[in-house]
Amino acid sequence: MLAKDSTSHKIAQRAAQEIKPGDFVNLGVGIPTLVADYFQNDANTVFLQTENGQLGVGPSPMPGTEDLYLVNASKLPVTEMIGASYFSSADSFGMIRGGHIGVAILGVLQVNRLGQIANWAVPGKAIMGVGGAMDLLVGAKKIIVTTTHMTKDGKPKIVDQCSYPLSGTRKVDLIITDYATFSVDEEGLILEELASEVTLEQVEKNTDAPFRQSATLKIRSLD
Amino acid sequence: MKKLISSQEAMALIKTGDTLMVGGFGLVGAPLTLIYALENAEHATDLTIISNNLGEPNRGLGKILRAGRVKKAIGSFFTSNPDVIEYFQKGLLETQLLPQGTLSEAIRAGGAGIGGFYTKSSAGTLLSENKEVREIDGELYVLEKPLHANVALIRAFRADSLGNLTYYKSTRNFNPMMATAADIVIAEVDELVETGDLNPEEIITPHVYVDYVVRSEIKLGGARVG
Repeated sequence: MLAKDSTSHKIAQRAAQEIKPGDFVNLGVGIPTLVADYFQNDANTVFLQTENGQLGVGPSPMPGTEDLYLVNASKLPVTEMIGASYFSSADSFGMIRGGHIGVAILGVLQVNRLGQIANWAVPGKAIMGVGGAMDLLVGAKKIIVTTTHMTKDGKPKIVDQCSYPLSGTRKVDLIITDYATFSVDEEGLILEELASEVTLEQVEKNTDAPFRQSATLKIRSLD
Repeated sequence: MKKLISSQEAMALIKTGDTLMVGGFGLVGAPLTLIYALENAEHATDLTIISNNLGEPNRGLGKILRAGRVKKAIGSFFTSNPDVIEYFQKGLLETQLLPQGTLSEAIRAGGAGIGGFYTKSSAGTLLSENKEVREIDGELYVLEKPLHANVALIRAFRADSLGNLTYYKSTRNFNPMMATAADIVIAEVDELVETGDLNPEEIITPHVYVDYVVRSEIKLGGARVG
């Protein structure tokens, strides 16, 4: 588990600000999973869907109370929220492809200048897994990407052209990194927000794709 | 109960060269008792296995792979079993990767008399290479064919004497579709009840689909009971 003050948690905390009461949300593996810790759901008005067949996913169980037969798509134990339901994989992906899930929060390997993503395969390695990545990308009404701005080797993840295979042609709606937040329109990326600890120059230097600056560029607040 | 058989009797229904559907998302909802019996059913080789994953290293279907009896795997996420990558790279295993929603819908189609369907998933990606892509109302869709099997090994929670099935929480996943898409359907269940004991509203798989029922002896976590 990552430390509470880590980069991943800050990205997740920012992404949680995008979730509103009444939303149906699917959280991908990795940083997206952490988002569940950061939005207020005391009134049970946000409904998490997991593609292995549950709507109304509740918080992680208390240690010792796990049910091995109740897991999310990351195969981690979860619980039932009041009003939860179960369904088959075919029904679950019908729900996803059919546009009934409002928000999908996805991790990525790369994002290109148009806002298209690569999040399922690595070139030069045998392609052995795709899971629900492509179905979520084509189906969710709004796609939010959460990712570190740089790879572990210090290379930009936002690039002109993806060198990794694309997950689909659909452009995502919002890209949230530890450096910045970008929206996406027909022409490409728009810088909407800077994290408080980075400068515009740092974002420009570490982003390999062109982007425009929003007229209302903000400094990120996690309060 | 006329459909109740042992896991060994179930294995006699599987032949070399068969295509099997096996339920489960990872090991959750996988028919572990039947998979364990399959490991010992050495007469059945050259198998094509349709399942979301191919188990984990030497767990679940991973055991059948290590026994060298899987010819081809059709699924959506093999990454959880590094053995699959190794066998594939050595040329010992064919694989067919489908988006998870396409896999589940192809099984549903196979059981529902649907000759194929168009989905947006994978359009414009490596996974739609060599597949028919058609523009429908301005969007690209990929033609996917139905999947069928000789035998489906599925996991349910309760079965009544007729073979009506209910499921438990996250174990449902691919099982209800697989119950419809094979010539012979064998359901491993935790509990057997009398016909009439299940509320008709809670039955997810009607007994018309179920040929045989096997009592589950292996629970998740590996404990062997009974």
